Amino acid sequence: MQEQHKRWLLLADGTLFEGYGFGADKTVVGETVFATGMTGYQETLTDPSYYGQIVTQTFPLVGNYGINSFDFESDRCYLSGYIVREWCEIPSNFRSEKTLDAFLKEQGIVGLCGIDTRRLTRIIRESGVMNGVLTDQKPEPDYWLPKLGRFTIQNAVRSVTCDMPHITKAEPEHFRVTLMDYGYKHNIERELVKRGCTVTVLPATATEAEILATMPDGIMLSNGPGNPAENTEAIETLRALRAHRIPTFGICLGHQLLALANGAVTEKLKYGHRGGNQPVIDLRLDRTFVTSQNHGYAVVNNSIPPEVGEVSHKNANDGTCEGVRYHGVPAFTVQFHPEACGGPQDTAYLFDEFLALMTKEGDC
Amino acid sequence: MPLRSDIKKVLMIGSGPIVIGQAAEFDYAGTQACRALKEEGLQVVLVNSNPATIMTDQAMADKIYIEPLTLEVVKRIIEIEKPDSVLSTLGGQTGLTLCMQLAEEGFLEEHHVKLLGADPLTIHKAEDRQAFKDTMEKIGEPCIPSKVVQTVEDAVAFCREEIGYPAIVRPAFTLGGTGGGIAQNEEELRDIATNGLRLSPITQVLIEKCISGWKEIEFEVIRDRKGNVITVCSMENVDPVGVHTGDSIVVAPAVTLSDKEYQMLRTASLHIISELKVEGGCNCQFALHPTSFEYAVIEVNPRVSRSSALASKATGYPIAKVAAKIAIGYTLDEIVNAVTGKTYACFEPALDYLVVKFPKWPFDKFVYANRTLGTQMKATGEVMSIGTSFEHAMMKAVRGIELGMDTLRLPKFEALTDEEVTAKLHDTDDERIFAVYEAICRGIPFDTIHSITMIDHWFLGKLSNLARLEKRLKTEPLTDTLYLAAKKFGYLDSTIERLSGQKIAYPRFAAFKMVDTCAAEFAAETPYFYSTYDEENEAAEFIAHRNSDKRKVIVFGAGPIRIGQGIEFDYCSVHCVWSLKKAGCEAVICNNNPETVSTDFDTGDRLYFDPLTKEDVKSIIDTEKPYGVVVQFGGQTAIKLTQYLDELGVRILGTSADSVDEAEDRERFDALLERCGIPRPQGHTVFTTKEALAAANELTYPVLLRPSYVLGGQNMIIAHNDQDVIEYMAIITSHELKNPVLIDKYMMGIEVEVDAICDGEDFLIPGIMQHIERAGVHSGDSISVYPAQTLSPRIRDTIVDYTGRLARELHVVGLMNIQYVVYRDEVYIIEVNPRSSRTVPYISKVTGVPMIDIATKIMLGDTLKGLGYPTGLYPEHDFVTVKVPVFSFSKLHNVDTQLGPEMKSTGEVLGIAPNLQQALIKGLVAAGYQMERTGGVLFTVRDGDKNELIPIADKFAQLGFELYATSGTASKLNHNMIATNSVRKISEDPQNNVLTLLDSGKINYVISTSEKGREPAKDSVRIRRKAVERSIVCLTSLDTANALADCLKTGVTMADIPLVDITTI
Repeated sequence: MQEQHKRWLLLADGTLFEGYGFGADKTVVGETVFATGMTGYQETLTDPSYYGQIVTQTFPLVGNYGINSFDFESDRCYLSGYIVREWCEIPSNFRSEKTLDAFLKEQGIVGLCGIDTRRLTRIIRESGVMNGVLTDQKPEPDYWLPKLGRFTIQNAVRSVTCDMPHITKAEPEHFRVTLMDYGYKHNIERELVKRGCTVTVLPATATEAEILATMPDGIMLSNGPGNPAENTEAIETLRALRAHRIPTFGICLGHQLLALANGAVTEKLKYGHRGGNQPVIDLRLDRTFVTSQNHGYAVVNNSIPPEVGEVSHKNANDGTCEGVRYHGVPAFTVQFHPEACGGPQDTAYLFDEFLALMTKEGDC
Repeated sequence: MPLRSDIKKVLMIGSGPIVIGQAAEFDYAGTQACRALKEEGLQVVLVNSNPATIMTDQAMADKIYIEPLTLEVVKRIIEIEKPDSVLSTLGGQTGLTLCMQLAEEGFLEEHHVKLLGADPLTIHKAEDRQAFKDTMEKIGEPCIPSKVVQTVEDAVAFCREEIGYPAIVRPAFTLGGTGGGIAQNEEELRDIATNGLRLSPITQVLIEKCISGWKEIEFEVIRDRKGNVITVCSMENVDPVGVHTGDSIVVAPAVTLSDKEYQMLRTASLHIISELKVEGGCNCQFALHPTSFEYAVIEVNPRVSRSSALASKATGYPIAKVAAKIAIGYTLDEIVNAVTGKTYACFEPALDYLVVKFPKWPFDKFVYANRTLGTQMKATGEVMSIGTSFEHAMMKAVRGIELGMDTLRLPKFEALTDEEVTAKLHDTDDERIFAVYEAICRGIPFDTIHSITMIDHWFLGKLSNLARLEKRLKTEPLTDTLYLAAKKFGYLDSTIERLSGQKIAYPRFAAFKMVDTCAAEFAAETPYFYSTYDEENEAAEFIAHRNSDKRKVIVFGAGPIRIGQGIEFDYCSVHCVWSLKKAGCEAVICNNNPETVSTDFDTGDRLYFDPLTKEDVKSIIDTEKPYGVVVQFGGQTAIKLTQYLDELGVRILGTSADSVDEAEDRERFDALLERCGIPRPQGHTVFTTKEALAAANELTYPVLLRPSYVLGGQNMIIAHNDQDVIEYMAIITSHELKNPVLIDKYMMGIEVEVDAICDGEDFLIPGIMQHIERAGVHSGDSISVYPAQTLSPRIRDTIVDYTGRLARELHVVGLMNIQYVVYRDEVYIIEVNPRSSRTVPYISKVTGVPMIDIATKIMLGDTLKGLGYPTGLYPEHDFVTVKVPVFSFSKLHNVDTQLGPEMKSTGEVLGIAPNLQQALIKGLVAAGYQMERTGGVLFTVRDGDKNELIPIADKFAQLGFELYATSGTASKLNHNMIATNSVRKISEDPQNNVLTLLDSGKINYVISTSEKGREPAKDSVRIRRKAVERSIVCLTSLDTANALADCLKTGVTMADIPLVDITTI
């Protein structure tokens, strides 16, 4: 009975959905994607990787446990719009402070509810991710469709990265890790600090010299939004860093950027992987892990030059590249999110492997 | 790692008869497992005592033993069949316990049999309370403070010194928590612990800090031998910790947990299954503190369980099949996800809907039962519903449970005051959810409701949405917007019109969505649908895409398992579907019971998981546009739809709606019998008490009273005098009397039952069954013998002749079931049901006549002649078989165990042997009788039975039993030169009476009959209840007692009777 006022979603293929508005009231254009996680909406909302996107939750009931102060993955919401079938007016959880609606209003994020989200998901699955507009005026296709056709997410990383470096100290400190902020989720930092790493967060624009100046035992390449190939400077920087043989661990966009820096190619997936149930095979362990994912691009499997590295993980569903282990340099990267939040914690062991790598390299 | 090369022949142990706590879910799991094993080319040997199951079907296994599930029998089967492996995790607690015993004794090792699924160490770590605690401690998973004790004194000391009250008592190794409970003080603790220790096969109970009110969360987890682990589904109980999960309303997935809590418990589940090294499915239950991250592991089942059946149906993930494949060597990354056909089993389902499970309790039958819900499960079955919101799923569930309700508003609560409603919230019983809803409707604050029930605010909030909507319906104009809102919340059109008092201007049609395990992320081909009021009809798309020119036939299932309508009807529905498919039809199933084979999405060509009400069924018909529908295999649930479907103009395959009515409508039925020249006990149709009394006196007592249109003898009694009639009519007329009450002369003769297949012309009787108990005991509660043993040729011919006349005159096409009574050498007809019956699976198996298959073909146009079957009685074979009922009395406090016209059994077992006594011994052993040959027998019988008791008591005396009897019975026996000890009544001596005698352990059999029972305060009822509590065999019919004595007299034991592989019949 969430029938405050009508709101529409118009997709680039002309499909129109009529639902009701919640959250902020404005008109936004974005890339419409779907996420399948059944919990973790607060983490999704504050994950910078969703920059420029209108995110649809496939689970119909969202906001069940409200919003709390503890589960943010960044300082604010970076997505453009949020679509749910139903948001919960009476959330229930001991940590809940406000409703989803109140939070989106506060964050200026446009919400749409009361639509058949399964239908929308099936359209995206069949046609691929698609631009769309959320608006309170019934959208005129003649006006909107050309605009939607032209829209692309630009300067994504630059829009979400921090302006100034900052440091979080670990007590006791075993390692110093420099975290490249392409739009990092806070739990990457928490996982590192928990393991005794003092973390220096640097903006995505940091140069080779600036990075080296932090005297890192290891470099952590974060997740982030947008088309990886767009980040030419960051890719150059990573290429230059190669010679220094600093242990490096990359997640998601960080994984893609390092692959690009090493001569591989990335491609856009039809509708990406977004959710907490993606099975990934760790080829070395011959084990499959359930992972949390959020990406629209992937490293092309056979584009990694064999002398540079090898695919270490692959997606059990569609076989796409989920990780690379590099030869000659102490570096490994994964496409999924071992830091979880939201999603399963099953691959947190990769942080331990990163620590082991730093230990080994430090001994050399 | 593919199939292990050292596995060629696997023994599967089933779970035995349906009892509360162990129901159809294990037939579902076992059937899926058998199919998975056969798919791999393995030889499967099956043992299960339950003949009503699909798993014991010829097609399911290579060798099938419907034999008692005792250690001795399983050992003998292993010796005969020499399997190389035995599968431990798919036969419920019964199968798991047997496997563990076999392993512990070293029998498996000695016979080179591998234990697949869970090894003895795993089972021990999960099942032994102390070992479990130690294991959890080792991996840092918190448990509830508790202590394993073996004496009552230790239990009392632990509560006094460490955890205080309330405390929970959980006996080790009992089904569905039998014998457990919550003790509020020392006195209660002593009571419950005494009982629990006795019921535990290892005399062990766990005393545990009571954490009632915490959230109860379950995870279904699967692990393979590589160590891959996944969770299939999370579930959250609406009723917090304190109510057995089988008695809780459950939602899937969990809804009130943030990702942090969810992942915390999910990770804990993975740690637990990894540490236990389960290879297959496992169920982890947690208690989560409602206002912190504190949690505790309640229980782990290292096997497929009721919850895994629910999780399978809730997600589409076939847990049992995957568990079976893992057990024989496959790993999760090798097993293809049958739903998508593209992805693998190593993933976690994503849901884009909400599932509600609602239990079905037997309290409508057992009005005197204690309805309080606690740690001991009481539900006989359940329904599941799928919706796009909690409200939607809840409304489907409440009408699906067949309580005659279409909203959560229980009429009798509407009359209560607010104070009474609030007081009612304190009763943790089957009606609590309705009390909560009533409280919400009245605006009683959430905080009040929550503080009493501890039900989470989230659920209260959603229930209040329903209350708000109902209020709007009652007060606002029925606009299209309001109507749509109501449809999206799951209200039926009829309910909307009733509440609003307005006509619906433009009815909307249901659109069906697919259950695809992946929230539409991948294109799926699962033919598994549920109704919504959304825009896209995926079922219609699916049908159009398939573009099949086959005839589509919808089979309506039987809904939740309840007393009187059990797993047999699922057997029938599934077989009908299989036959339809074989006959080149597209078979569509509609059912809402998650425990069954029929709701496995690959049983039919399409599955609709929705309630079986008129409107729900119509929606499916609108989408499917079937060639025809089948109603005769889904019990009363399906047959009830006949008239409506006929009015809709749907083609009903088989017997017509008119014939169904002719058999049910008393006047038309009488006219029919008249035409056929078949006598029946005289009777009348009445509406009022006055009419009833007049009729009864004309017929002369005793008379049988029952409402028309019933199944399982609901509300049926034998009245011996006017007072009985007055009492009965008062109860019946307090409900709305739509259908009349039938009143018949009660004839205490031999009861005979016949199932027949008819094609409108010819008829085939696979076998005539004779009951051990004379008429008066419900046929479902009687021991049924095939072939009939004592009928003269003339009587048999008469029965065959009458059956043929009725078949032709009623134009039965398909199955019919007839009950006869043979009284003073004449055959009378008691009842005709033109549909499948409880005995169909039994008689199909023991005669080898595939009844459902034949009936289905006939409904599609074949004839018996065309199929090569003779008309009349099918030839009998050399074996004698008995079907013995099994009861769940130990789970249902205060229920009188005296058998009568109202059915009380929950399940059945088979006995098959060369002669009657041996078959009976098998059946009784399978039903759990210890067949003690020494000790005492207590007789306490009504006056009318006393003469007849004499020869029976004499048999027991000659067998060397010590006889005891209450004074009247004792003096009768002693007068007849049968030495009997007289026992004092309860009121005569509190220290030394009939109850203390039962407590003394001297008594092995109780034979108790009384004029009247039911009321828990009556002495006779207390004696029978005491027998249940003490696990003493208690027989309430002299016929059963006599048969038992004859069995004992033969001196034959189970070990002397050959085991039969029924595939060789």
